[in-house]
Amino acid sequence: MPKLIVDGKEIEVPAEHTLLQACEAAGAEIPRFCFHERLSIAGNCRMCLVEVKGGPPKPVASCAMGVRDLRPGPNGEPPEVFTRTPMVKKAREGVMEFLLINHPLDCPICDQGGECDLQDQAMAYGVDTSRFHENKRAVEDKYIGPLVKTSMNRCIHCTRCVRFTSEVAGVGDLGAIGRGEDMEITTYLEHAMASELQANVIDLCPVGALTSKPYAFKARPWELTKTESVDVMDAVGSAIRIDARGREVMRILPVINDDVNEEWISDKTRFVWDGLKTQRLDRPYVREGGQLRPASWGEAFQRIAAKVKEAAPDRVGAIAGDLAAAEEMFALKLLIDALGSPNLDCRQDGTVLHPELGRASYLFNATIVGIEEADAILMVGSNPRREAPVLNARIRKRWRMAGGLPIAYVGEQMDLTYRAERLGAGTQTLGDLVNGAHGFADVLRKAERPLIIVGQGALSRPDGAAILGLVAKLAQATGAVNDGWNGLSILHTAAARVGGLDLGLVPGEGGLDARAMAEAGALDMLFLLGADEIDVAPGAFVVYQGTHGDRGAHRADVILPGAAYPEKSGLFVNTEGRVQRADRATFPPGDAREDWAILRALSEHLGHRLPFDDLGALRRQLVEAKPLFGAIDEIAPGEPLDLPAVAARAGDTLDVAQLASPVDDFYLTNPIARASAIMAECSALARGNLPLAAE
Amino acid sequence: MSVRRLAPAEIQPPSFAFSAENAVWAGHQIAKYPDGRQASAVIPLLWRAQKQAGGWVPQKAIEHVAEVLGMGYIRVLEIATFYTMFNLVPVGRHFVQLCGTTPCMLRGAQELRKQLVGRIGPEKTVSADGEFSWAEVECLGACCNAPMVQINDDFYEDLTPESLDKLLDDLAAGRPVKIGPQNGRVSSEPEGAVTTLTDSTLYDGSVVGAWRTRFEQEEKAKAEAAAAAAAAQAEAEAAKAQPATPATTRPEQKASDSPAKRVAEGLPPVPAAADHAASAATAPEQQERVRGGSEAPATDAGNTGDKPKG
Repeated sequence: MPKLIVDGKEIEVPAEHTLLQACEAAGAEIPRFCFHERLSIAGNCRMCLVEVKGGPPKPVASCAMGVRDLRPGPNGEPPEVFTRTPMVKKAREGVMEFLLINHPLDCPICDQGGECDLQDQAMAYGVDTSRFHENKRAVEDKYIGPLVKTSMNRCIHCTRCVRFTSEVAGVGDLGAIGRGEDMEITTYLEHAMASELQANVIDLCPVGALTSKPYAFKARPWELTKTESVDVMDAVGSAIRIDARGREVMRILPVINDDVNEEWISDKTRFVWDGLKTQRLDRPYVREGGQLRPASWGEAFQRIAAKVKEAAPDRVGAIAGDLAAAEEMFALKLLIDALGSPNLDCRQDGTVLHPELGRASYLFNATIVGIEEADAILMVGSNPRREAPVLNARIRKRWRMAGGLPIAYVGEQMDLTYRAERLGAGTQTLGDLVNGAHGFADVLRKAERPLIIVGQGALSRPDGAAILGLVAKLAQATGAVNDGWNGLSILHTAAARVGGLDLGLVPGEGGLDARAMAEAGALDMLFLLGADEIDVAPGAFVVYQGTHGDRGAHRADVILPGAAYPEKSGLFVNTEGRVQRADRATFPPGDAREDWAILRALSEHLGHRLPFDDLGALRRQLVEAKPLFGAIDEIAPGEPLDLPAVAARAGDTLDVAQLASPVDDFYLTNPIARASAIMAECSALARGNLPLAAE
Repeated sequence: MSVRRLAPAEIQPPSFAFSAENAVWAGHQIAKYPDGRQASAVIPLLWRAQKQAGGWVPQKAIEHVAEVLGMGYIRVLEIATFYTMFNLVPVGRHFVQLCGTTPCMLRGAQELRKQLVGRIGPEKTVSADGEFSWAEVECLGACCNAPMVQINDDFYEDLTPESLDKLLDDLAAGRPVKIGPQNGRVSSEPEGAVTTLTDSTLYDGSVVGAWRTRFEQEEKAKAEAAAAAAAAQAEAEAAKAQPATPATTRPEQKASDSPAKRVAEGLPPVPAAADHAASAATAPEQQERVRGGSEAPATDAGNTGDKPKG
């Protein structure tokens, strides 16, 4: 590795590093606007100028100069870089002066104020007056979608947003039209952007040109309480920061987590917060004469206790929903076990995944980071762009890195933002792949690290077990599971699912699964822990514990108001099996309580008091029962995948129908999103119900 | 320069597609680039689309080019708005681009501008009959014929307000017009009499190789001078008493006496003294060259032709 001296400090960095990275490695801070670690290098803002001995005799844009391009001194001394010399300061001040020539003095009314790169760097390199006496440039604001507000006078033409949409999001919506001073960032004829990751340009914009439209003029960054947490909108478990003012969640931002989401989050993750304020269940309700009426906690509990006493234990059941944390699922399992019922399930979509085959049979075994090592990818019944946009961005990143990575899918036609070949519609094609009759089987076989992504679209069908068996056979045939690589990866859509399977929330002996429980006459009493994605037939007495007046609440006979994910501390396990802790950023509204506490209180009324009094005790018991929950942010090493056992599940009759993603509408997958006006607007736009361009 | 936008929706044509001929042409352009780099053909295709659409690029043309090349619409829009030679609004049948950069400005572009405003109307508006529109552009590279305009594909140079007016009259009436200088100049030759490079031998080929003869002659003179000096030295040594005289290393020549001039006057290119030297030393090559020169179409090469061959 070449050596160089940065401000008198000798360091060694890889030759492919840029000077900017080398300076950072040496602890020198380099101001920048256009440079971003995860985007291509543009080198157009010129803010990162440094002085180099052994390089060109002028200030050098450190973001665009490679370490390998520096020359050693005449006697072999390492090249020297200076970041604090008067020449550097003067050069940067010159750049800043030019940037500020056309930048409006908007800071007092700009949403970026307080977290603006330009503002911060002007403190270091700005001058207090302007020598520019001409008119400032004026640029018309553009409509680029319902999520991103533009204020184009402020744009400094760093082109981060353009590079993001074309490189990471893969849609190429944004562009820079015109030239020179008249360059303008816009979408084609001001159509709305069409990416699920579009709002990341808000974070990328170093000035206030692109800001959050729903959050516009709502709060200042220094007023907000910041809580790092985990997203539950999909099973990826993106790291997020929840910014709250008082009891209100004001916005959600991504946090860098290279193992999971890098630094992107989907639009649903970012803008679901307005759904936390509407349709909320803030007090218990009981149904009387067909109408729900507000009730006290005691009354609601008594009503439930009376019903449970009437019902035989095997006529009682419980279904855990998609947003439940591990703690409340654990408490629910303890409670249902105590009642003596085998009817417990966390798989309301009917997926066939089951913990009996080992943990590796239901995880994204390749891991999200592992996608970057895959050399051939096959997707079965999954549309990652809709089910996990951030994970899809990772696949796209791999595709761009590899330059022609073979990617194919079985299922409905889809646009994944990268080139992927559609092999066929359904199980027939899958059978061909297993037999080697299809050409892509060869590609997988030749690949060293083939990645097979199986979606819930395949596994939640009635013939899901057979499809899983087929896929396992394909994995066997292509060597997708070998030493040091497990390419058979299940992509989940529900944040709670892997946790639920880890905790064993599946029917006990003779118990009914979720679909069977929801059928008419199956049960007398059904407890829904935030389960909204299942239709419960009339008949059973339904208790719904959840946050929003959604499908589950409409069907319920008793409603227990719970806490949404920013309002409780809980453990979530993402699709790769990574245990992550979501922290509480705010409090549940009204009489609503944290879910584990509701179950604990209910257990007392049912005569089976749960053995914990606080969250700490609950977590201790949880970790005791399932030690893997003790390793936060890690993927507990599990037993190797018993592929033959999974493959042995094949043989059931296969349905020839086309495989399709379970996520029909990306923006409306859970009760919080369905309560959100922003998500409703995005959904309407995506479905073509709103005009694309502002008229 | 100012912000450039697409033409308003009401004047945009409802559709655009390359004509059969242009589609074939576009296919050839695209085929020039390796697979996956089809987007490189975007500028030629846009240019052709502009021609087909009557001198401007409609929105549908941008979309058509994008579809042909498999690019995003925004990527093609970026290019169409970046290059000012893509007109985004309709132009007249005769689109006058007036050069307004320094040389033309000094030579009266502002007068032409006034003329255009008076005759056609404000910049970038099409005259009522649809015949003309005009725009001021940056340097078109015909500075030695300033001031000038480009009308559609052709340059009209050395203009005065009057000659521009007449030019536009002719164009409007469909009369043939002369491309290039409008004041009688031949391309960018000096106005009036030719004062430089008037020597006709420059053009008859007679000077080809003449320079070599001259150097050979010098060499020979040098050698003779050296021999003379040696002889003189020997004499001096014999005499001892006489001081040595400096040898002239170069034969005296009149300033006006050049091979080219001599050829022009009908004399051999080199004085007679060089003649036998040429045949003795480098005779074949040298004479070949001289003859070669005489065979070129020339007005006055008889003298070399008279010489014996070989």
